[in-house]
Amino acid sequence: MKVSFKVNGKSETVSVSADTPLLWVLRDTLGYTGTKFGCGKALCGACTVHLNGRAVRSCQTQIGSIAGQDVTTIEGLGGNHKVQRAWEALDVPQCGYCQPGQMMSASALLSTNKNPSDEDIDAFMSGNICRCGTYPRIRAAIKAAAKMS
Amino acid sequence: MEIIAKNEARRDFLKVSGSAAGGLALAFYLPAARMAQAADGGSPNAWVKIAADNTVTIMVARSEMGQDVYTSMPMLIAEELEVDVNAIKVEFAPPAEVYINSLLGGQLTGGSTAVRDAWEKLRKAGASARMMLVAAAADNWGVDASKCSAANAMIKGPGGKTATYGSVAAKASTMEVPKEVPLKPASQFKVIGNTKQKRLDTAMKVRGTAGFGIDTRIPGMKYAAVVMAPMMGGSLISYDDTRAKNMPGVHSVVQYSRGVAVVAKDYWTAKKAVALLDPQWDAGPNADLDMTGLWSKMEDASNSAGAVFRESGDADQGLAQAAKMITAEYRLPFQSHSPMEPQNTFAHVTADKALIITPTQFQQLVPHVVAGATGLKPEQVEVQTTFLGGGFGRRVEVDYAIDAAEISKASGEPVMMIWSREDDMTHDSYRPGGIYKFTAGVDAKGKLTALKFKSTSPSISSRLFPSIVKDGIDPFALEGIDNFPYLADAGMNFSYVMHDTGVQVGYWRGVSHNLNAVALECFIDELATNAGADPIQYRIDMLDMGSTKHAWSGLSAGVPVGARMKTVLEELRKKANFGKKMPAGKGQGIAVMEGYNSIVGIVAEVSVDESMDVVVDKVTTVVDAGTLIHPDQALAQVQGCINFGQGAGLISEITVKNGIVQQNNFDGYRAVRINETPKVMDVHFIKSDGAPGGLGEPATAVIVPAIANAIHAAVGKRVRTFPALPENVAAG
Repeated sequence: MKVSFKVNGKSETVSVSADTPLLWVLRDTLGYTGTKFGCGKALCGACTVHLNGRAVRSCQTQIGSIAGQDVTTIEGLGGNHKVQRAWEALDVPQCGYCQPGQMMSASALLSTNKNPSDEDIDAFMSGNICRCGTYPRIRAAIKAAAKMS
Repeated sequence: MEIIAKNEARRDFLKVSGSAAGGLALAFYLPAARMAQAADGGSPNAWVKIAADNTVTIMVARSEMGQDVYTSMPMLIAEELEVDVNAIKVEFAPPAEVYINSLLGGQLTGGSTAVRDAWEKLRKAGASARMMLVAAAADNWGVDASKCSAANAMIKGPGGKTATYGSVAAKASTMEVPKEVPLKPASQFKVIGNTKQKRLDTAMKVRGTAGFGIDTRIPGMKYAAVVMAPMMGGSLISYDDTRAKNMPGVHSVVQYSRGVAVVAKDYWTAKKAVALLDPQWDAGPNADLDMTGLWSKMEDASNSAGAVFRESGDADQGLAQAAKMITAEYRLPFQSHSPMEPQNTFAHVTADKALIITPTQFQQLVPHVVAGATGLKPEQVEVQTTFLGGGFGRRVEVDYAIDAAEISKASGEPVMMIWSREDDMTHDSYRPGGIYKFTAGVDAKGKLTALKFKSTSPSISSRLFPSIVKDGIDPFALEGIDNFPYLADAGMNFSYVMHDTGVQVGYWRGVSHNLNAVALECFIDELATNAGADPIQYRIDMLDMGSTKHAWSGLSAGVPVGARMKTVLEELRKKANFGKKMPAGKGQGIAVMEGYNSIVGIVAEVSVDESMDVVVDKVTTVVDAGTLIHPDQALAQVQGCINFGQGAGLISEITVKNGIVQQNNFDGYRAVRINETPKVMDVHFIKSDGAPGGLGEPATAVIVPAIANAIHAAVGKRVRTFPALPENVAAG
């Protein structure tokens, strides 16, 4: 089926089966490879994007269900988002594979909670796995980003 | 010695040679054509390329899987080359002889060796290139090179003369390679040890533009999803591709050595079509394999005589004469690597060549195994290494590159093969489980006098490097205890029982340190408790401060570490405020280890509730890793190791039933999450100008006994079976 939606503000129309996860439409059809495949079951958070400003797991979001809606990927954060600046200032990434998902979750958290506590961060970010163990820096970077304008 | 490394018996044999002097050394032969790096005009050597516009490119010959080789290795070159490390470009090196890791004998990333191998080599490469650039400029000016100096990619000569590196690079590459290459003393380092240095790959990684294997995009490429035998050692009997072939977007369905692949226009189409294949499997030799039988057979094996690998005095007599004997047996589980990026490879195999783009830790092996799988010659196989979305040892294996090559050849398409998480977790080469038995003799005051140790576990090297396995000993199975740092004056007898379980095992971050040293440091804590001693002082008092050099010390230095370990323990006592009064249900535990020529000491503070759930509240770590090249990322490695080890120690386990791995995603196989990571993680480095120690692995092994010992301090339970899930704590 044909589905039209917006990615990072740009209108896109794709012809794929309606059950195709947004993840694979972004990666394979449209070439937004910043969004990562990690588990395919919403268990790891690597594929996190924003749907109408809220964090969703793109591996569990069927393309047929989001016609006309707004998707933001890591590419759409723009590179100068306060979360990206904080991540860069603290050199958060190690292998870096999970970090787009981490930053999409973190930016969604900060959009609704301007000053998250450790508990808020734990609750919101516990769906994003990092096997390299960058969690102490993720916590610090979210707090640093919260202080940025 | 000359040995044959088998990757997989049916596929390829790789001739290797080397010597075992001072550690493992396997030198891999490569066809000459693949060794020669085309030296273009501006390449003083294989590590540095300088363009006429003064662009400096530094080659990184190790795989970047998070451990910072993308920055730390160029820092070593830049220090002597006299260039701004933040202004350079970095490229991943292709397989070539010049890039062989001398500590491993292959172009291979592992064993916490990258910086240790590079420490002198890359500084000399930088210095040599600088000397050639200076010589070229001096020759142009008709002055003596000693009258010239270099800084910031610029050469200065007498009378205010200047020349950029770029302007003399072509000439420099023709200058004589200097024989004597003096290096700066540590006091003159500007790049090495810079605490403000940032990672060179962070900007890409925070923008989603770093190219991992799975991100490879080649015009015309197709996507492949696969189905492989679910049971270990199983094989395909039949499948039905009728429905899959009829799916729109499917290009072909092909059988390959260990399964069936669907090649389609995108991954989701391929994945859906794979589910329609109805494959039938012969379960093979492990059809009845389950954990009860596995551990029962391992227990039986542990009662047989092992191969002795470290012996002094007369341990039996020492035990007979001891005031008291103390025994303990520890059981450690199988683990999966599960890097966040599932295995994948781009392969394009044609009649006379192959292009393989892959996230690998062992790029040098790839041309050989792909040649074996496709009928090409190794020199016809081009390999490009991408960023790795985690490695942890999984990507030392080249199985997935072989699969992709076979699928590309069979389908005739350029193919990006992607494993699902389930494919990945159930087709790993697992961290071996094992049984670790101690019998100690102690005197009336509880001091250790005699010690017998026996480990029983599968051998990793007997599959990957069988020729290094001799007389029942796999050297990599001895890590973490062959370097036993304490004294037992009456005698020691350490032995190893090699025991295959049917589960394929592989090198996992920290390898056997995570087995032997975990058990050892738990047991030492039991001895300290028996003695009624402070566990830090107990360790310090029995450290071997002498000069014994171990016959085999794996990838460790193989040199005495007593003095360094004492310093670490004393510092740790202060930094952790060890021995402070803890509330009920909370405890501190300590463990220490030498691995990869680094000393790591950890104090963990835990809370254990009534249901025996363990929370790690605080971790204090003291590390002596010699000179730190990139201090902030040395810290990051220790933080990461603690996280990885915590998972293995507390929550993660791979089990098998009917030959099938029972955990296939992150619900069954748990990874530590942010809410489980310690709220406080302090890491302190001992100031040192010694040679660098490895940091990518050692702390993984130390956090586990530190946590277990803290659990004992908190609730009096000894964890003898890991992971320390509530039932295993309660049983202690």
